[in-house]
Amino acid sequence: MAVLVIADHDGSIVRDTTHKTVTAARALGGDVDLLVVGQDARAVADAAAKIDGVRKVLLAEGAGLGKALAEAVEATVLPLAEGYDAILAPATTDGKNYAPRIAARLDVAPISDIVEVVAPDTFVRPIYAGNALETIQSSDAKKVITVRSTAFAAAGEGGSASVETVAGGEAPKTTFVGEEMVKSDRPELGAAKIVVSGGRALGSAEEFHAVMDPLADKLGAAVGASRAAVDAGYAPNDYQVGQTGKVVAPQLYIAIGISGAIQHLAGMKDSKVIVAINKDPDAPIFQVADYGLVADYKTAVPELMAALG
Amino acid sequence: MKVLVPVKRVIDYNVKARVKADQTGVDLANVKMSMNPFDEIAVEEAVRLKEGKEHHAAGTATEIVVVSIGVTQAQETIRTALAMGADRGLLIQSDADLEPLAVAKLLKAVVEEEKPDLVLMGKQSIDGDNNAVGQMLAALLGWPQATFASKIEIGGGKATVTREIDGGLQTIAAELPAVVTVDLRLNTPRYASLPNIMKAKKKEIAMKAVADYGVDVAPRLKVQKVTEPPKRAAGVKVESAAQLVETLKSAGVL
Repeated sequence: MAVLVIADHDGSIVRDTTHKTVTAARALGGDVDLLVVGQDARAVADAAAKIDGVRKVLLAEGAGLGKALAEAVEATVLPLAEGYDAILAPATTDGKNYAPRIAARLDVAPISDIVEVVAPDTFVRPIYAGNALETIQSSDAKKVITVRSTAFAAAGEGGSASVETVAGGEAPKTTFVGEEMVKSDRPELGAAKIVVSGGRALGSAEEFHAVMDPLADKLGAAVGASRAAVDAGYAPNDYQVGQTGKVVAPQLYIAIGISGAIQHLAGMKDSKVIVAINKDPDAPIFQVADYGLVADYKTAVPELMAALG
Repeated sequence: MKVLVPVKRVIDYNVKARVKADQTGVDLANVKMSMNPFDEIAVEEAVRLKEGKEHHAAGTATEIVVVSIGVTQAQETIRTALAMGADRGLLIQSDADLEPLAVAKLLKAVVEEEKPDLVLMGKQSIDGDNNAVGQMLAALLGWPQATFASKIEIGGGKATVTREIDGGLQTIAAELPAVVTVDLRLNTPRYASLPNIMKAKKKEIAMKAVADYGVDVAPRLKVQKVTEPPKRAAGVKVESAAQLVETLKSAGVL
């Protein structure tokens, strides 16, 4: 048994999602190799080689590989597929973009967003926005899987795998035009230990930032938002926590002025401790919150800031 | 430009899915069904491409064909798309819940027949949440793809698409023909007007069977069980922000 994990990185560092996907790969059993696809990604490959339990790192570099275009990743992975029983990628937007392409070309049913490895051919994954969990057994000889990283612990560091170079693929019909990444000094939403999220109750973009940003900075937290707040234009798209946005599982999740729609709960209910502040005592968010404070955020948040010192 | 829009009949967005007691699946008996919300956005964008709404030039799309694979009642889903402005429909009848790979293979056969320049579809269905069919269809056709679109511009033989990715937005250009899957913020779908609902009744829906396409749709995955996620117990109410901070500190969270 051999498993290939496609690494998630930003061109200079290996993201935590890779370490978590390695843990899922090790649960399948057998050897785990990592594939780093990128442009000038030698440093990433060297860092990836230190992840515990990795046999070797394959490095595919090329001028067109910096942006993980799905066609290019597909063309890089396909020639390597023969040597592996399973190909895993984190269920990031990149992983979700290229993994089904690889599966289709291998004539394999992709298995999306697994949260548990039951056996090397059997997995648990959420369906219906997390309202149900299905346990599925694959009859395909080769498996192509994306991994919900918040469901797995990160593999440690201390390994010393070798790095081998492999050929990179191309995306002849697709060109990268540009990108607009949100810059922030705060921790990344998906990886933060504390997340503070705001809802529609905040009423405007100005109010959202005036209330949420200082609280996040005080706690060293990432800022999230409900879909209602994002749709109303109070918070940018990539703040959205929920089934159609980010799925987070921090140590502490503080929901402010969020009612707790099903689709939001699906994105945060695996958080270790949930705190809800809402003036409506019947808000569904209180049904999942470990600690609830029935109060208007307008008075509760300043008091919270003061109590934090 | 001809646009093909695959649509799926799924549990309504506002209905909470309930797991069957025998753990064989989700109970869909007497549950309101609707068009998958992401597919509605795809239909809306196709109609805007035809009408020349927003930044699109009028007549960018010349014909919109809607295809669904599913039970006989999926005709209603197609009819909804026709009332929004699509031109004609195709239903491939299947009582079995087909896997994404099988759906992609059937759609490939439809694409080979219809020869569209663009396939516009939802990024995922809200029942299976696989987020796979569009990518698989593109791969099987050898076409480029642009997933999770929040803006689409057609011109110069290309689809220039802004994609919602982790951490921000990415813009790529894909040569046509291409598959574009759409995300929530691309547009807000219209409600069909009564005259358009009446007009849609006269539009054609062709009926086919899965067997007509001669593709392998055998399942590769066996569902062993479907269960409810573990419930979180409701916790305690605190009286003040100060008490909240104290409680979190003594619980070791802060």
